[in-house]
Amino acid sequence: MSAAFFYALAGAGLFSIGLHALLAHRHLLRKILAINVMGSGVFLVLAAMATRNGIAIPDPVPHAMIITGIVVAVAATALALVLMLKLTAETGQAVLPGRKKEDNP
Amino acid sequence: MDIPWAVMLIVLPLAAGLMAFVWPRVAQTLVLCCSLAIALAVAGLALQLWHHGVFHHALGGWEAPLGIGLYADGLSLVLLTATALVGMGVSVYASAYFTLDDAHHFWPIWLFLLAALNALFLSADLFNLYVTLELMGLAAVALTALSGGRDALAGAVRYLFATLSGSLAYLLGVALLYHAFGSVDMATLAGRMTPVPAAWAALGLMSAGLLLKTALFPLHFWLPPAHASAPSPVSAVLSALVIKASFYILLRLWIMLFGPFAGDGVAALLGGMGTAAIVWGSVQALRQTRLKLLVAYSTVAQIGYLFLAFPLAAAAWNAAAVLVLSHALAKSAMFLAAGNLLHFGGHDRIADLDRVVQRLPLSAFAFALAGVSLMGLPPSGGFIGKWLLLEAALAQGRWDLAAVMLLGGLLAAAYVFKVLGHAFTQAAVTHEPTAVPARMEWAALLLACSAILLGFTATPLLSLLEIGAPFGGSGP
Amino acid sequence: MNWDAWLPPLVVLSSLLPGLIIFVLPEERVGLRTVLNVTGAVAKLLLVGWMLWGVAQGHHYEARLALLPDIELVLRADPLALLFVTLSAVLWLLTTVYAIGYLEASPHRSRFFGFFSLCVTAAIGVALAGNLLTFLVFYELLTLTTYPLVVHRGTEAARKAGQTYLIYTLAGGTLLLLGTVWLYTLTGTLEFTEGGFLHTMDAAHHRSLIVIFILLIVGLGVKAALVPLHGWLPKAMVAPAPVSALLHAVAVVKAGAFGIVRVVYDVYGVEFAQRLNLLTPLAVAAAVTIIWGSLRALFQDDLKKRLAYSTVSQVSYIALGVALFGPVGTIGGLVHLVHQGIMKITLFFCAGNYAETLGIHKISEMNGAGRRMPLTTLAFSIAALGMMGAPLTAGAVSKAWLVEGATAAHMPWVVWVLWTSSLLNAAYFLPILWRTWFRPMPGAWPDEHIPARRWRETVWLLLLPPLVTAAATLVAGIYADTAISPLAWAQLITDREYFRATP
Repeated sequence: MSAAFFYALAGAGLFSIGLHALLAHRHLLRKILAINVMGSGVFLVLAAMATRNGIAIPDPVPHAMIITGIVVAVAATALALVLMLKLTAETGQAVLPGRKKEDNP
Repeated sequence: MDIPWAVMLIVLPLAAGLMAFVWPRVAQTLVLCCSLAIALAVAGLALQLWHHGVFHHALGGWEAPLGIGLYADGLSLVLLTATALVGMGVSVYASAYFTLDDAHHFWPIWLFLLAALNALFLSADLFNLYVTLELMGLAAVALTALSGGRDALAGAVRYLFATLSGSLAYLLGVALLYHAFGSVDMATLAGRMTPVPAAWAALGLMSAGLLLKTALFPLHFWLPPAHASAPSPVSAVLSALVIKASFYILLRLWIMLFGPFAGDGVAALLGGMGTAAIVWGSVQALRQTRLKLLVAYSTVAQIGYLFLAFPLAAAAWNAAAVLVLSHALAKSAMFLAAGNLLHFGGHDRIADLDRVVQRLPLSAFAFALAGVSLMGLPPSGGFIGKWLLLEAALAQGRWDLAAVMLLGGLLAAAYVFKVLGHAFTQAAVTHEPTAVPARMEWAALLLACSAILLGFTATPLLSLLEIGAPFGGSGP
Repeated sequence: MNWDAWLPPLVVLSSLLPGLIIFVLPEERVGLRTVLNVTGAVAKLLLVGWMLWGVAQGHHYEARLALLPDIELVLRADPLALLFVTLSAVLWLLTTVYAIGYLEASPHRSRFFGFFSLCVTAAIGVALAGNLLTFLVFYELLTLTTYPLVVHRGTEAARKAGQTYLIYTLAGGTLLLLGTVWLYTLTGTLEFTEGGFLHTMDAAHHRSLIVIFILLIVGLGVKAALVPLHGWLPKAMVAPAPVSALLHAVAVVKAGAFGIVRVVYDVYGVEFAQRLNLLTPLAVAAAVTIIWGSLRALFQDDLKKRLAYSTVSQVSYIALGVALFGPVGTIGGLVHLVHQGIMKITLFFCAGNYAETLGIHKISEMNGAGRRMPLTTLAFSIAALGMMGAPLTAGAVSKAWLVEGATAAHMPWVVWVLWTSSLLNAAYFLPILWRTWFRPMPGAWPDEHIPARRWRETVWLLLLPPLVTAAATLVAGIYADTAISPLAWAQLITDREYFRATP
């Protein structure tokens, strides 16, 4: 098993950990971090893809994808943080409010 | 002279968005002109496709597999039309809806959303789809949070998490496909696709991600809070266009890449989820006491219809496309009309609608017409879609799917007339009415009329859909 | 310019356009609204007259519009269509006049007359439909346009009645849609053809065709008030009298019955339907409805409810006529389509008169009404006698043909049903007549809105329509043998169905 495969496996593992954290934690900052961890996992998988079959020079296409992905993740994180701050200002807590009784699930 | 209409569709709103951000004073005029320009560009593109067949353009002259390509065929055209029409209606509506402060934030993000939508429907490779999907998602989340209230913010945050998870799952799938087959260009991939484990994993991941973004039952949990608490023009766009974008991608992937090897099992699963969506969404809509939540659950139900097309395969894709367009028009009209009712009475409790048929006739009529299309009653686009879908189901002996479709229609009638029935009666307590600007009423009414008129233009629409044979397996 | 293709759409538009304009009129523009209403009704009548004359000359009026790649919306003026169209056009004019008088100073008249016109547009569309899809489109439009009329008063009771109405009619519409799409996938065509187009299908499909027939008939039976699908009809009496008159005599119930006629004659063909043994169950269903409706009518004290159950019963005469295999039964059913319309609308007009003038809603309040409102009660009596099948009335003609048709079809039990029904009709109409003519007047009427002025017992707008239709009842009965009577027309249609159908 090549190193690339282990990196890819690690990436998949990060993705799963991140997903679990997203679902399990209540605090918004943790959820945002979880998303970032998921993203990192995906980027790791992509990086691992770049060195497939023992070619001499890594494939630049997945690297380009990673960079794009990072940019998107930065923007998304910024948006998420702003929303978290606004929600905290409104409700006093950085958690998603539970459903009100009158809003049927 | 061959005008690159497709390129204009992306560049115009992008540039306008930047200008609107820098010069807020001209933003409103800019938006209205831009939405008109988009509509004209779509018309131009339609003519171009009609005369010359599919449109292919490599940005910067860089061809696949490295370059970003633009591709337009009949299916893209239908979705672009939906974007243009709903875009116009919502732009006009929003010009009267938002206060000056909110409007400064709304216009630039709205234009970016339009640019992202157009780019998505014109994309030819998987990674570009990811980028545009993310752009669209972020813009949509920002718009949802615009009103700043607790519900809107909570809804927006939930939406953001859902959309980001979905995109990341999708991206992981793209990575796997690239690893297995060496390309992200859809046409190339279609040629190289084989049912290796990587492909199955990609199918699972990408479908899960896209289903989450399309809010198919049971992954719909984020939709009602987000759509109901967003400002009305935003709700309209979210229900009409944004969730259709992820559906569009799923449809393309299925037809071109996964459909041939995924087999009946996955199709049946999608059909089953669609059925559950129709029943669950309609029942939940019936239980609501608040108008916007009712309309949001109606969206959950209507999305289910689109997925009934998967078990029916080739015979039903036309129906799905027609349903996408008619639902976009009808649902946006319905949300805009609901927004008017909310603005008028200061509340959106269904039981207290208090004779709005008499006091807000245009909006009530818009709601009714939109409801006619959603119910699938003639003459409307919804009826045409329902007819085509029923025809496909009966021709293949799928009685279960036919029964679900018909039941869905009756349930839709139940919740639409729940609202209309109360619109005739007097409420126990009358509230001081706030005047609704004429622009807002007419925007809702015209969109609703387009949904009805679609019922008469099915033949040209179906011929346009044929361009490039999007359902024949060829595509970007 | 192909004028022949324009006439059917013009007939449809003659009520659509005034309706749309009326919607935007302010409430106070009474004069303009009246002009629009009456002009539309008269224009429609003239256009229909033109069409009749043209068809007699051999013109072929047909308009087509592609709805889907393989199916079109078709409006065609064939003799059966013209039967229903003429009835609708004439009765619309009369009901418009009546409604103007009835709703004097009521709120929301613009909304009312707007939907009223749209409702007639849908009914005309149903009549002129040239294939099952067009029929379905206008049939559902009829549901949508009549709903606002049912809930017009805006009360909780009206809303509930509207809810019941929708549950029945939309469920029926769904079944009709299912049957239509299924039929289309089997045959690839939905065109109404004299003598039907299904007899060419091979035997493997017969089971499906039987199920489709059931679906279609049940779907149509909801509007046609076949038992047990009739539940919406008595509840819909909460609507104003012109609505009841229109719904029961012209638009909704007739559309259902007309649909049954179309399905049996122009889709299946009466011979093929007989071969599939579909006609006898239909006859049984019709017979049950006839008896049940009459029985329920006996026990109603509310006048409109009694008339509603009477409608449930009488409209099934048409279905019964259709189910009697043989030209005589067919003629009976078809001519009753016209006759029942004229007679029932008279009864509802009179019921509305009693309610508006004297505040009478119950039969127990009608003592001596004949002295106070002799002309109205005369019209009522003529129509009631017609319902019973008394000689010289239109009802007698239809009944005679139906009885003879039953005998010719070797279904003697139907004759018993018809006679029982006549007896029951007498049982629930004669007491009313006796009360109004022969009982003394009460001290004060429940709620006298309109005082009597010499011979004018009520507003002339309310008085004229029932007198006209009552007279028509007599004329149709006495002059049934002439070439222009509804009977002659029914004979023409039957002739083409049985003897000129393509084998």
